[in-house]
Amino acid sequence: MEYIVEMSNVRKEFPGIVANDDITLQLKQGEIHALLGENGAGKSTLMSILFGLYQPDQGTIKIRGEEVNIANPNIANELGIGMVHQHFKLVHNFTVTENIILGMEPKRGFTVQLKTASARVRELSEKYGLNVEPDAKIEDISVGMQQRVEILKMLYRNAEVLIFDEPTSVLTPQEIQELMKIMRNLIAEGKSIILITHKLKEIKAIADRCTVIRRGKVIGTVDVGSTTEARMAEMMVGREVTFKVAKELRKPGPVILKVCDLTVQNNRKVLGLKKFSLEVRSGEIVGVAGVDGNGQAELVEAISGLRKAESGQVHLKEKDITQMSVGDRIRSGMAFIPEDRHKHGLILDYSVEENLVLKLYKQEPYSKKGLLNKESIHQHAEEVIAEFDIRAGQGVSSSTRSLSGGNQQKAIVGREIDLNPELLIAVQPTRGLDVGAIEYIHKRLVEQRDKGKAVLLISLELDEILNLSDRIAVINSGELVGTVDAAATNENEIGLMMAGVKRGEKIEA
Amino acid sequence: MKLNKEGVVALVAVFLGLAAGAILMSLTGNNPFQGYFYLVRGGLMNAERIGNTLATATPLILTGLSVAFAFKTGLFNIGAAGQMLIGGLAATAVGLSLDLPKIILLPLVLLAAILGGAIWGFLPGFLKARYNVHEVVASIMMNWIAYWTVYYVVPQYFKGAYLETESRKISEAASLKVEWLTDLFDGSYINLGFFLAILAVVVVAFLLNRTTIGYELKAVGFNRFASEYAGIGANRSIVLSMMIAGALAGLGGATFYVGYASIIQIGVLPSQGFDGVAVSLLGVNSPWGVFGAAIFLGLLHSGKGFMNAMTKIPPEIADTIIATIIYFSAMAVFIEGFWEWIDRKKRVRANTTEVNQDEEIIGGVR
Amino acid sequence: MLDIIVQVFPYAIAFTIPLLITALGGLFSERSGVVNIGLEGLMVVGFFVGALVTAKLEVFIPGSAVWFGLLAAFIAGALFSLLHAFASINLNANQVISGTAINMIAGALTVYLARNITGSGNIHIIHGMVRRNIPVLDKIPILGKLFFTQTYATTWLVLAILFGSWFILYKTAFGLRLRACGEHPQAADSAGVNVYRIRYLAVMISGAFAGLGGGIILVTYSGEFNGSVAGLGFLALAALIFGQWKPLGILGATFFFGFASTIANVSQVIPTLSRIPGIILKNFPYLVTLIVLVIFSKSSHAPRASGEPYDKGKR
Repeated sequence: MEYIVEMSNVRKEFPGIVANDDITLQLKQGEIHALLGENGAGKSTLMSILFGLYQPDQGTIKIRGEEVNIANPNIANELGIGMVHQHFKLVHNFTVTENIILGMEPKRGFTVQLKTASARVRELSEKYGLNVEPDAKIEDISVGMQQRVEILKMLYRNAEVLIFDEPTSVLTPQEIQELMKIMRNLIAEGKSIILITHKLKEIKAIADRCTVIRRGKVIGTVDVGSTTEARMAEMMVGREVTFKVAKELRKPGPVILKVCDLTVQNNRKVLGLKKFSLEVRSGEIVGVAGVDGNGQAELVEAISGLRKAESGQVHLKEKDITQMSVGDRIRSGMAFIPEDRHKHGLILDYSVEENLVLKLYKQEPYSKKGLLNKESIHQHAEEVIAEFDIRAGQGVSSSTRSLSGGNQQKAIVGREIDLNPELLIAVQPTRGLDVGAIEYIHKRLVEQRDKGKAVLLISLELDEILNLSDRIAVINSGELVGTVDAAATNENEIGLMMAGVKRGEKIEA
Repeated sequence: MKLNKEGVVALVAVFLGLAAGAILMSLTGNNPFQGYFYLVRGGLMNAERIGNTLATATPLILTGLSVAFAFKTGLFNIGAAGQMLIGGLAATAVGLSLDLPKIILLPLVLLAAILGGAIWGFLPGFLKARYNVHEVVASIMMNWIAYWTVYYVVPQYFKGAYLETESRKISEAASLKVEWLTDLFDGSYINLGFFLAILAVVVVAFLLNRTTIGYELKAVGFNRFASEYAGIGANRSIVLSMMIAGALAGLGGATFYVGYASIIQIGVLPSQGFDGVAVSLLGVNSPWGVFGAAIFLGLLHSGKGFMNAMTKIPPEIADTIIATIIYFSAMAVFIEGFWEWIDRKKRVRANTTEVNQDEEIIGGVR
Repeated sequence: MLDIIVQVFPYAIAFTIPLLITALGGLFSERSGVVNIGLEGLMVVGFFVGALVTAKLEVFIPGSAVWFGLLAAFIAGALFSLLHAFASINLNANQVISGTAINMIAGALTVYLARNITGSGNIHIIHGMVRRNIPVLDKIPILGKLFFTQTYATTWLVLAILFGSWFILYKTAFGLRLRACGEHPQAADSAGVNVYRIRYLAVMISGAFAGLGGGIILVTYSGEFNGSVAGLGFLALAALIFGQWKPLGILGATFFFGFASTIANVSQVIPTLSRIPGIILKNFPYLVTLIVLVIFSKSSHAPRASGEPYDKGKR
């Protein structure tokens, strides 16, 4: 049999949507097969079926030539299929070993044999070059190591087919290189890999073949070596995609945001941000690049007023706002698009019109002397959804929960831009969105810059930073590594800075 | 649209509760039809009984509002009983200590009750806002502290003429009862509290739907984080919300202890506090829903004595029915989920809305 | 001073033990991810069923009727807790409301049934549990008098359960899986653990333990069913938080509460204590609980997924 995994004509429907429509996927033994598609195309659903989390409505799955019914993850494990999830499934206060053996604990009588298990984990870790400490607690180890624990989970269960779901979003460029090395090791040991991703560069770097999915259907399976990135992108989106955003050449104006030596403590009572300084002028986009968890959250919280700084100042248009409340800062001309639109951006149980007035409700004409003016609120919302092309089933009185992710994000963007702020802070503004929505939001951000606003962009997607920013500041371990002109740098240099190597320094070999 | 779905849930819960009561009655050898017949008669048979039903419902309206208000802002006010008790204590204390004409004394009495309840609600609210202490456990502690406070304070300062376990009787000037009203209902317990309760319903509805304060409190209740990001102080809102909830329950205490009754007993934690939870859930946390639910529960309570007299069915059946209703209301999510499922199928056929797809959120373990 | 302690000790223990077993039940439930506010009601159910069974049986087997009563209480608690389990686990109901409903149903239902049986609503038992001295150990100076004289067998039963619980929770596969369900149910699920089944078991354990607690109240210091356990179920919850969700911590916390409450109750008899106003003594446990909750709020080790319904669809 040629294929180790063969999913044929798989169909999976959820209420209102066909997630997988007649999909056929074939994985050869010993290959790295990429599954490419936009957010929401159906890749994760397909793999969840393979891993036993969902059942297909139609279609067959063959493993090593035999037809199987994968009813739950246990059966998938028995068949030799393992999955490294995008959101790690690790218990934070268990040790590495406890996490790995969960569900198949080695026992003697009633007692769990932790020591034996720990030794086996160490053995596996060394065999595959994973460098994982078996007795460390998950909450104490780095994100990169956590991911390797997920890999170990699969290897402990003797997985032959390894599925990686968007594995590189939490890694530095250098860690991504390490991961690719590990993947090649695994292939050399006889494993086969399915890589779910929307990152073309990575597919080109490591995959043998690639199946492209769009809106639940397979568009085609290509040989990666002989297909260009542009072609794959076109298959993914359905039209020609330009990655560059057209930017006018502009001369930035006066300094709008000035951050001086800002030092901030985080929830773990450690300094998350150390003596950070930054300037953003009107008419420019400053991007902050860095691996997740290196101080970006503390930076945003301190600038927006959600968290008090230990020392340092924040100035908005020459005014010292370091002691100001969140509300006052908003009124001074600051707007932000937060990282998590469900948690921080919107009140999902409120209607669209109620959300759009979230920062304005205290001002006239939306309220007077404590009484809300429903007419004005309604009117305002109508204007905003027209201006920003927000699609909502029942117009402005729709429950915000019922909007799609893209429209929810547009609602937030619309709300903030509508405030006409001097400073717009955008944190991960295109997370989880499809290409169309991403293009739209990028366009809007550049538009604000062209209008003379100051834009601070914080993102984990290097491409986004490189595309949009005029200047780039790199943050690592809470410190400013350096600031560079976007036009004068490249991904490699930024990658090194993200790992803490300052410009001009040599890396220890 | 939403009210419809929640209204159905409430009705289903009521029906199931009544059915459970019927089953219980049959299982213990009684006739459920007879039981319910006398129950209803007991509550509505004549003017006096109607008056009693309304008077019984009055504290329930207020504790129901108290719990509903807290729910709307994301908090579970299980402390309504203690707030009611303290409100009643404050009202009785003022009523017994000051000798003034009714037109001055009564408002003072009510003010005392409202303040007492507000303070009693403030503490769990503050602990939750500042220290993230679970408001349920804190409120239950407050209930017991109220219980023991009354237990000692009443015999010490306000001891009744005949019994050690209750306070002196308040004067007519301190009571919410008024002659013309009592006469209208043939000598029942009805009092001005009923009108105060209706007023409270109107005020709460207005506050929640039409004011900026209501907007803020609901926002914090729905999503504390997004509210803070928008500059709305979550801590302040939580404390304010519990104070208002406490004040409402405190007022409820006044309507009971210086309205329905004229003395305060020690050693009893008023059940109306907990019934407030049932009222709030049944009334789908909406002010007028609470009103209707309270009347229904008032009927159950005021009729159960008559039912017991005529059929030997123990009066606790009413409590069991109410408790069962709460249980089924707790399962409301299931019924709501079912409704939503039907809704989605309808929308798919009409094919008018974009539906949410799986969205990947990128990140490791935090 | 020592005299006072020796006098007070047995009462304190008698008060502590039901609290301890109930809190242990709450531990299992919360550690698996289900908040169980209904412990109070479950205790009442055990209280009632224990009284009923014991009263009926002691006519025939006076000596061992209490043990059957306790067994019945244990089983009744487990069964009644199914209501909460079903609502919270299968139907994703709000766990706090469901728990409150359990309390109210239990309170009303048991009094209703008791009234039907005895008219007054109180069920009296004649023979409670007998107190015994432990041979040999009771001769140890001081400690012997405190711990090993005039003890109830149930005290030792509960302590055995405490140790057993610690072992199960930290040394067995079941315990590992249960704790995983309470911290990160998705992780447990994808490891092949049946989250629903474990949570069901955990809730039933909490019901069984709380029921047993109610039964122990009956056979040790109460002697008759009177419709309420005076807030002990909630105190057990507070002890759970105070004890930071660990078996040994709970032992310490419940012991503290036991002592504090007993001192309040016997204060009139003891001269030094009778000078403190009753209102302070009686409120003391509750005030302390509030203070403790504040102190422990920052460093809370609550199970992360506790109170959240597990939704398979979410990822």
